[in-house]
Amino acid sequence: MNRDALELPLFEAEEDEEVAGTSLWQDAWKRLRKNRMAVASAAILALVVLFCVAGPWVVAHGFDEQDLAYGARGASWSHWFGTDLHGRDLLVRTMHGGRISLLVGLCATAVSLTLGVAYGAVSGYFGGRLDTAMMRVVDVLYTIPFMFVVILFLVLFGRSLVLLFVALGAVSWLTMARIVRGQVMSLKQSEFVEAARASGVRHAGIIFRHLVPNALGPIIVYTTLTIPRVMLEEAFLSYLGLGVQPPMASWGLLVSDGANAMTFFPHLLLFPGAMLTVTLFSLNFLGDGLRDALDPRMRT
Amino acid sequence: MSRYILRRLLGLVPTLLVIFTLSFLLMRAAPGGPFDAEKPVPAEVKRNLELQYHLREPWCEARFLPALREPGLSTAAERAIRSEAPWSSRVEKLCTGAFQYGWMLSNYVRGDFGPSYKYKDRSVNEFIASGLPVTMQLGLIAMCFALLIGLGAGLVAATKQNLWQDHASMGAALLGISVPNFVLGPVLIFVFSLTLAWLPPARWDGWRYMLIPGFTLGIAYAAYVARLTRGGMLEVVRQDFIRTARAKGLSERLVILRHAVRGGLLPVVSYLGPALAGLFTGSIVIERIFNIPGVGRYFVDAALNRDITLAMAVVVVDAVFLLVANLVVDVILGLLDPRVRYE
Repeated sequence: MNRDALELPLFEAEEDEEVAGTSLWQDAWKRLRKNRMAVASAAILALVVLFCVAGPWVVAHGFDEQDLAYGARGASWSHWFGTDLHGRDLLVRTMHGGRISLLVGLCATAVSLTLGVAYGAVSGYFGGRLDTAMMRVVDVLYTIPFMFVVILFLVLFGRSLVLLFVALGAVSWLTMARIVRGQVMSLKQSEFVEAARASGVRHAGIIFRHLVPNALGPIIVYTTLTIPRVMLEEAFLSYLGLGVQPPMASWGLLVSDGANAMTFFPHLLLFPGAMLTVTLFSLNFLGDGLRDALDPRMRT
Repeated sequence: MSRYILRRLLGLVPTLLVIFTLSFLLMRAAPGGPFDAEKPVPAEVKRNLELQYHLREPWCEARFLPALREPGLSTAAERAIRSEAPWSSRVEKLCTGAFQYGWMLSNYVRGDFGPSYKYKDRSVNEFIASGLPVTMQLGLIAMCFALLIGLGAGLVAATKQNLWQDHASMGAALLGISVPNFVLGPVLIFVFSLTLAWLPPARWDGWRYMLIPGFTLGIAYAAYVARLTRGGMLEVVRQDFIRTARAKGLSERLVILRHAVRGGLLPVVSYLGPALAGLFTGSIVIERIFNIPGVGRYFVDAALNRDITLAMAVVVVDAVFLLVANLVVDVILGLLDPRVRYE
């Protein structure tokens, strides 16, 4: 049989989709917009990102600019969030800390997304003994107290940002793998997969062009919920002094410094702590909203 | 049932072996030895130390790199010998590693975690014996807070679905999940210890010392428990046997407390295993904030001091504890839910 002849008409039909009523995504979008808390969270998140990314260009102080004679003082007109023990402007440091925290959240989530989706999709698609073996590995990894291993790893191999991304990402892909595997296992029986296989698409093509895009809903939901978790873990490690190293800042590090000085200067704990909490809160709310919108059955 | 438990216990063995091997490999792969301290010790002393800790194996040296056996060999001389014969050096290291692995594994199996690298007069077992009870107390208190607050809030939310009580408790739960405990802890110290002076800010000396740390650690889990309780209860309340109970004329209180709770709380029970794991991890930071002498604190100090034998033992002991806890939770789940079958 001539494969080339078969492949053409089958896979260019996707553009006609708009004719047929509302798609899953339009439905989800409608549901999400109705959820006022989720919309508000998205708006707050946008503001936080703008604050952290664009803020340092607007504020006149540098994040490592010291003024030891000025020292730590509360909020004033020239320093909106006050200054820390070295006389550094806390507003700029909070912005810079936010950049790092958000960056770690995104990068580590990207690592976990890539690993988890690839692993879960391969395991679910091929099934059989390979699937059993791969899932057994996940089961075993689940029982390892991972934060302990990450801490050991960071202490022994240096505390670089890249290692932090990799370590946190490598810890959080397990659940993603399980979710994707489940989705792929139920999808791989569908006719469109059979059609793709019949027209000679390779395994990799079927997995990543046909199966994974169809499992996107749960993947998006879980990714949104992974970001705040990873950010929390980064803050946790920075709090212990294992994350970002001074004079750089991350929210966890600022909170740690603030907690040490809170007896006399509570503002040092208050501002970074509040920023971190607000961001995590919005991310969690948005994740919940997305789940309700994309997968109403999973509602808790 | 007992066959199931036995099979699960046997299943723990490979898992534990993986955990042990992983932490052992991390320890071996770490650059620098434990005795390359700031203050160098005489070569002979260092050699004896390394022999005692099985970082050096005379048999492997004699076989693969005999030049190392010369008495009084300095670190620099050793490095020169190793760089001259990179392959023999690598083989010798592998051989020593294999010996050390076997030695440590047989010690671990007998429950002997060996001496601490850092505190030469104390064994790792002594650290664990003094730290583990404290951490377990902390975890227990946190768990009590989590269950009391979480179940209460979850039940209220489920019985008042979509009313303001529901929205309030679920909003509070999401807030509880989002506030990092290392932000909450210092804030609570600031309010209740430094400002109001009601409770002590640090240390571990009786129940008054346990309240703030326990609450700080438990509150995030209270939030998860509340969400799971609400979800589980709402699922059960829709089922037929609840309608029957109501139709019989039972009061709403009895319907909820006698009939719905039993099925509705299953998700909470199955969450207890992962929650325990989280409590252990969380205790690392809580013990640091409140200056509590538990294994979490020992672990961080050990990691920072490169006291790897202690750090490794904490990881393995934690893993054993968690695996057993998960097994217990699974058994309880089976007792509560007749639909669960032990395979």
